Amino acid sequence: MDRFLFLTVDGLARGATFAAFALALVLIWRGARLVNFSQGAMAAATTYVAYSVTTASGSYWLGLVAAVVAGLVIGAGTERLLMRHVDASQPLNTVIVALGLVLVIQAVLGILYGSEYRPMDVPFSRTPLSIGDQPLLSPYDLFVLGTVVAVMAALGWAFTRTDLGLTMRAAAFAPDMARLLGVDVRRMLTLSWGVAGAVGALAALLIVPTELGAHPHATDLVFVYAFTAAVVGGLDSPVGAVVGGLGVGLVLSYVSGYSGSDISAVVILGVLVAVLLLKPSGLLGHTSARVV
Amino acid sequence: MSSPMPRLRRSLTAIASLSLVGSLTACGGGGDSAASAPGVTADSILVGTHQPLTGPAAAGYSTISPATKAYFDYVNANGGVHGRKITYTVKDDGYNPANTQKVVRELVLKDKVFAIVNGLGTPTHTGVLDFLKTNKVPDLFVASGSRSWNQPEKYPTTFGFQADYTTEAKVQATYIEENLDGKKVCFLGQDDDFGQDTLRGLTQVLGEDGVAERQKYVTSNTNVAPQVGKLKAAGCEVVVLATVPGFTALAVGTAARLKFAPQWISTSVGADLATVGAALGDAAPLLEGFLSTNYLPSAFDSDDPWITLFQKINKEHNGDKPFTGNTVYGMTAGYLFVEALQKTGKDLTREGLLETMASGELDGPGLTSPRYSEDDHAGYGGAQMAKVTGTSQDYFGPVYATDDRESTPVKVFDGEATAPPSDGIPSE
Amino acid sequence: MLDRLSHHTLLRHLLLTLVAGAALVALTYGLSPYRSYQLATGAAYLCATAGLTLLVGLSGQLSLGHGALMAVGAYACALTSAELGDAGTTGPLLLLLPLAAAVVVTAAVGGVVGLAGARLHGPYLPELTLTLTIVVPSITTTFADRLGGDQGLSVLVEPAPAGLGATFPLERWQAWIACGAALLTMFLLANLVHSRFGREVRAVRDDEVAARLAGIDVARTKVLVFVVSAATAGLGGGLLAVLTQAVSPGGFSLAFSLFLLMAVVIGGIGRLAGAVWGALLLVVLPDLTTSLADRVGSSPALAERLDGNLSLLVFGVVLIVVTIAFPQGIQGLLSSAAARLPRPSRPGPSPSSPTRSSPSRPTSTSSESIDV
Repeated sequence: MDRFLFLTVDGLARGATFAAFALALVLIWRGARLVNFSQGAMAAATTYVAYSVTTASGSYWLGLVAAVVAGLVIGAGTERLLMRHVDASQPLNTVIVALGLVLVIQAVLGILYGSEYRPMDVPFSRTPLSIGDQPLLSPYDLFVLGTVVAVMAALGWAFTRTDLGLTMRAAAFAPDMARLLGVDVRRMLTLSWGVAGAVGALAALLIVPTELGAHPHATDLVFVYAFTAAVVGGLDSPVGAVVGGLGVGLVLSYVSGYSGSDISAVVILGVLVAVLLLKPSGLLGHTSARVV
Repeated sequence: MSSPMPRLRRSLTAIASLSLVGSLTACGGGGDSAASAPGVTADSILVGTHQPLTGPAAAGYSTISPATKAYFDYVNANGGVHGRKITYTVKDDGYNPANTQKVVRELVLKDKVFAIVNGLGTPTHTGVLDFLKTNKVPDLFVASGSRSWNQPEKYPTTFGFQADYTTEAKVQATYIEENLDGKKVCFLGQDDDFGQDTLRGLTQVLGEDGVAERQKYVTSNTNVAPQVGKLKAAGCEVVVLATVPGFTALAVGTAARLKFAPQWISTSVGADLATVGAALGDAAPLLEGFLSTNYLPSAFDSDDPWITLFQKINKEHNGDKPFTGNTVYGMTAGYLFVEALQKTGKDLTREGLLETMASGELDGPGLTSPRYSEDDHAGYGGAQMAKVTGTSQDYFGPVYATDDRESTPVKVFDGEATAPPSDGIPSE
Repeated sequence: MLDRLSHHTLLRHLLLTLVAGAALVALTYGLSPYRSYQLATGAAYLCATAGLTLLVGLSGQLSLGHGALMAVGAYACALTSAELGDAGTTGPLLLLLPLAAAVVVTAAVGGVVGLAGARLHGPYLPELTLTLTIVVPSITTTFADRLGGDQGLSVLVEPAPAGLGATFPLERWQAWIACGAALLTMFLLANLVHSRFGREVRAVRDDEVAARLAGIDVARTKVLVFVVSAATAGLGGGLLAVLTQAVSPGGFSLAFSLFLLMAVVIGGIGRLAGAVWGALLLVVLPDLTTSLADRVGSSPALAERLDGNLSLLVFGVVLIVVTIAFPQGIQGLLSSAAARLPRPSRPGPSPSSPTRSSPSRPTSTSSESIDV
């Protein structure tokens, strides 16, 4: 039972970061109907920004702000300078350009920083607080969970309560109508990419320090797990992304904790196939993913 | 519908492009010089290696080949070997076996190297063993502790370098028996030969029941909390690690988070203080008291004549880079190769070099001697314990000698450490 | 004569294949062993890129996991050769049966993925195939006892037949095997493209509803294309295993899958001739950038970082530029350049090159864009 509790808590803490990352994917999907395959690499770049700023200034928080700003800039810049020029009548094109961007970003990071892992610090202790004899969440885990919840709440508020948020939603779901109403759809799209880049940067900064540290490939697996989380939850649904993220975190933790050998990747594929075949729009999504 | 002519025409372009593939690759391929062996001329010897310079595994390992090259440069600056200068071609394989296949063929078939020296990695090098054997290329000082390199009948041209993982584990187990008797011993290892060979060494000495809890990890999953949690739950007091440096840091860091503080004992590959400490960052003090085994002189022991020599070469020929265990490792491989060339003599052939290797004459830096003989191609046959104190990793206790066989006991090494030649270059 | 020949697609393809085969055999006698090995590797890649370009271009299904499918073929090949070796099999069977196993097993896996994929639209098939690239290596470590973990398996390969002479280089023999397999693949795929099935696949890609109204079983068609594409990837993987006498999960990483896709895109999506260019790029580009890195890198430390990363950078930039500016790829550019050349028989640009008139469509909807 103790072990179950331990694995649950550990899984939730990691799942929260997958959730935040999945949220970034959902943001762009809602805005542009495409999955940003370069989200992982873009986030890896922002962790290096955080690393450089924190190393130079000695402040974790300055690094965090720099990473989020960098994410915003990279995201918006990618839309403005690249994606806008891609012929979107073929969905394939945007995917391929994003994959090309992955190669470019990882190569540039490798050339600038080399391939050593750069360990990164966390602002709070990672030693779990115990209740009775049972170690539970660490202050850092609480920080991660709190941040993810705050981001969720802020985005939810922005999209339902602010003019800008409502305009963005309108531009995403009924672009032609929005255009008639005088909305600059393109600008809204750039903004979606920027916000997604910032959220992705934050997510990466929450998870990378708990692993080996900044590295050009540090977010590869995170991206795959987050993508799975987003699909499982429903690419359309921010709440689904969070549920999916926590679910994937829990599954990974239980599988590697209880099974002798590490078959977590296989189990994740199983979950993905099951969801795609049984409820292709995801647990909380509405779009049709399936046509036949 | 298209008219027939352009269609045929396009088909012809397809063929043309196919043949172009061939003709583009057709250039090159060279004539041999009249030398006694591939890669050898009157004043030069060309050797090659494959190393991870990029990619996730490059961390820690990319400093090895520059150190080897620095030693060769030192020898070249002092007249070379029998008047021949050594050129060391380092190819990056990114620790990806598919790249290793490619670069080793490039070295052997295109560059025509005389030998492969210190090719790094178990999964990477395993894939080229058959190719090197077919082409009769000396494959010396393979940089990995796998026991695969010691198969003289199957792979007569391949020789190991490191003390194999089983040998190191037997020394660790002996230390546990003598100093940590009665403690609960557990194991965390990589899910491959590295982990299995280490566990084999432990159980050879401690018995099957001697290792209570056994946990495995794969490099693709960087969360080791479930495994470490299980070790803690089992009440482990000593944890033997068969981990690469990044995962040593992860295991130690994760355990600290879980308030789990066993006595760690690690194999040399995962214990280089500079590499693991860098991976831990500010948490490096967690390594205080960390135990490990090693078979080469300690990079921290400035009194050791070998270290003095290597530090001098590091300064003069390696851009005065940080002096770590990997520097010692790379230079030792370089020294042993030069020694083998010296002893083979002026008339250099691949067969001659392999004969020297099997003669057992080689004796360079190292706590024990390499085991090389006609029917043993393994590297160093022994190890010593080391302990982290502050920012230093110092050796202590006796040097033990053994090998990977169950029947070979672990004994205190009674030989003497070899001193380096005065000019730092092995004699003929 | 030529005119009559080109009306008989099958005969024409057969003739072309034989000519290309003879040319390649002749060519290998002029190649050093290393170049022969490169040629063989390129031919193995070609099997996979040809299948992938059809999948993406002809049926519009995007797979990010063809590298993983090649791994399936490579392991099937290695396991079969080990079984045969234990049973004492020698001779041609030791080569042909493992390769056949590679094709069959990968086709079966492709069938399963294709079944799931045929029901999905949008980003879901890429996601599913992307997960494959993570799962296949993880299976090899999970079942390390049987599949050798990270170290992988070695593949039993016999030397060149004694009849070719004692000094016959192994690499030339390997080039023959790989080129033979690649030519066979190209021949079969070229005929498939021009068959009734090929037209149905294009109809499904262009408009599923219309295709269904025309009586085409949409799901079945999509699954079949995936199976064919997987089978060729399996053959490519099996060939790589035979060439290198070894197979390990590290060789079939996510990056490798992306490289395959990149090769297909740069070569020209949906064009078999483009797949040739793609395979060529996969072999040549890393070499070029490595020598470039050596020249550019002033300090050894910088050269170290450039090495490997520079080729990634070039791949990435080329991929983006090609997709945005030249969606028809190399082969598309060549065709339009060829079409601009003055022709004695028919003046003016040929109307049969719609690829030129719609340069922004990477997967042109006309059947003529499927080149051989």
